[in-house]
Amino acid sequence: MPLLELRSVAARYGALEALHGIDLSVDEGEIVAVLGANGAGKTTTLRAISATVRTSGELVFAGRPLPRRPEAVARAGIAHVPEGRGTFAELSVDENLRLGAHVRRDRAVVKADYDRVLQRFPILAERRGQAAGTLSGGEQQQVALARALMQRPRLLLLDEPSLGLAPTLVTEFFAVVGELNEHEGLSVLVVEQNASIALASSNRAYVLEVGRVAVAGTSADLQRHPAVRRSYLGY
Amino acid sequence: MIVAVDWAGVAQQVVSGLSSGGIYALLAVALVLIYRATGVVNFAQGELAMFSTFVAWTLTQHGLAYWPAFVVTVLAAFAGGIVLERAVIRPVEQASVLTVAIVTIGLFFVVNGAAFWIWSPEVKSMPNAFSTRPIRIAGVAFSISDLGIIGVSLLAVLLLWLFFRFTKLGLAMRAAALNPDSSRLTGIRVSWTIALGWGLATALGAVAGLLAAPPLGSFDQNFMQPILLYAFAGAVLGGIDSALGAVIGSLALGVFLNLLGTYVSWVGTDLRQAAALAVILVVLLVKPAGLLGTAAVRRV
Repeated sequence: MPLLELRSVAARYGALEALHGIDLSVDEGEIVAVLGANGAGKTTTLRAISATVRTSGELVFAGRPLPRRPEAVARAGIAHVPEGRGTFAELSVDENLRLGAHVRRDRAVVKADYDRVLQRFPILAERRGQAAGTLSGGEQQQVALARALMQRPRLLLLDEPSLGLAPTLVTEFFAVVGELNEHEGLSVLVVEQNASIALASSNRAYVLEVGRVAVAGTSADLQRHPAVRRSYLGY
Repeated sequence: MIVAVDWAGVAQQVVSGLSSGGIYALLAVALVLIYRATGVVNFAQGELAMFSTFVAWTLTQHGLAYWPAFVVTVLAAFAGGIVLERAVIRPVEQASVLTVAIVTIGLFFVVNGAAFWIWSPEVKSMPNAFSTRPIRIAGVAFSISDLGIIGVSLLAVLLLWLFFRFTKLGLAMRAAALNPDSSRLTGIRVSWTIALGWGLATALGAVAGLLAAPPLGSFDQNFMQPILLYAFAGAVLGGIDSALGAVIGSLALGVFLNLLGTYVSWVGTDLRQAAALAVILVVLLVKPAGLLGTAAVRRV
């Protein structure tokens, strides 16, 4: 049984339908990538999951219908790092991390997670008291990921994590995500423009075109798929 | 021309100004609280404080002493603020800032009218909160009441600051005010944090009204209206989105108006409100962000 399953999910902004009924699933322990051009509906797919856009169709998470309010989706165990990272720029790094654990009641474990997260991102330990908005792009991306991890999600949604980052930082970021997936069994759904790194770091992938799934398969297969290679990998 | 400066008199007037300023500060912080959470100035803030004061007055008429009535009323105001937000503001939560502002103006008249309907229009008087005797410090007689009002106002603001700074819920409320969308994604129930903000603001207003009423001697249903104007001037002076600014601005305004009224004979007490309006006007023209506010309004 998949951890997350979308069955013919459509999403609309007012009168404009941006997703025209897509089927998509993420299994426990999987990294799944969603690729596509600008306006293909990648971000909308994530927003449909976290109910920040009006949806129709069936969304099932861990065997239960997914609630249709963003705060309830978060409480169900899904962490969403949105476009622009959703960092609280005016608040300190420490406060950002504590906000990540807002929905949790297990205080002692939260404290342990806090220490672990700072161990994983030592630069954040140094910058703990600094306003998050004063950090560099790469550091802010770490804050966003660290904040999501503080939620102890069963599923992590990442929206274009490579955006605005230097290539080495992108590689580094995906390495951390891979490690979290491997060692802590974190399931991930990542939306990316950068198809080569996304396919290299995921188990399966979907290619969206104008609000529909155009191609789906294992990432290894998609890397060899002629149309995908031509349109998204550029060789 | 002042030839010999009466320093004892100046000190007394400064303390008395700080005492008025403390009351303005409470209401100003309440305004800032709601402004930061919703982007709207709550025009009914003063009337809600007036209503709370009348509730406390009724309690004292039924034999309760001042301070027990104070505690009961502040707690009731907190609950009432939450209920009011759920009933009146929640339905227009998604509406424009203008719509919400107009709703709070409507609330101003409804609360004022309700208070006239419930309580007769004759003036009331509130038992004293503090001893009316003076206290001598370094040879100068100060009013215990003034010092008490300063103490209670600053304590209330300090408690609020501790709540926002050191509690999980306080952090969630700050986050919700700064970035509601991200807050929802982290599981914060933003709608409830706004209701809670209304509860805290209304409770703060109740403290302001309850401190302001006894020294007036007598008060009626309109007694908070000038105080709201001063609080608004204090908040604008300090920066409408900064609580610390609102406190500093209100205290400074209290002292300024008091000294102006005492030492500039033609201002007296009649032109105090005009002076407060002049302060608002000058700040908005010269430095719209106020002393500590952020320059650009980011809310769109």
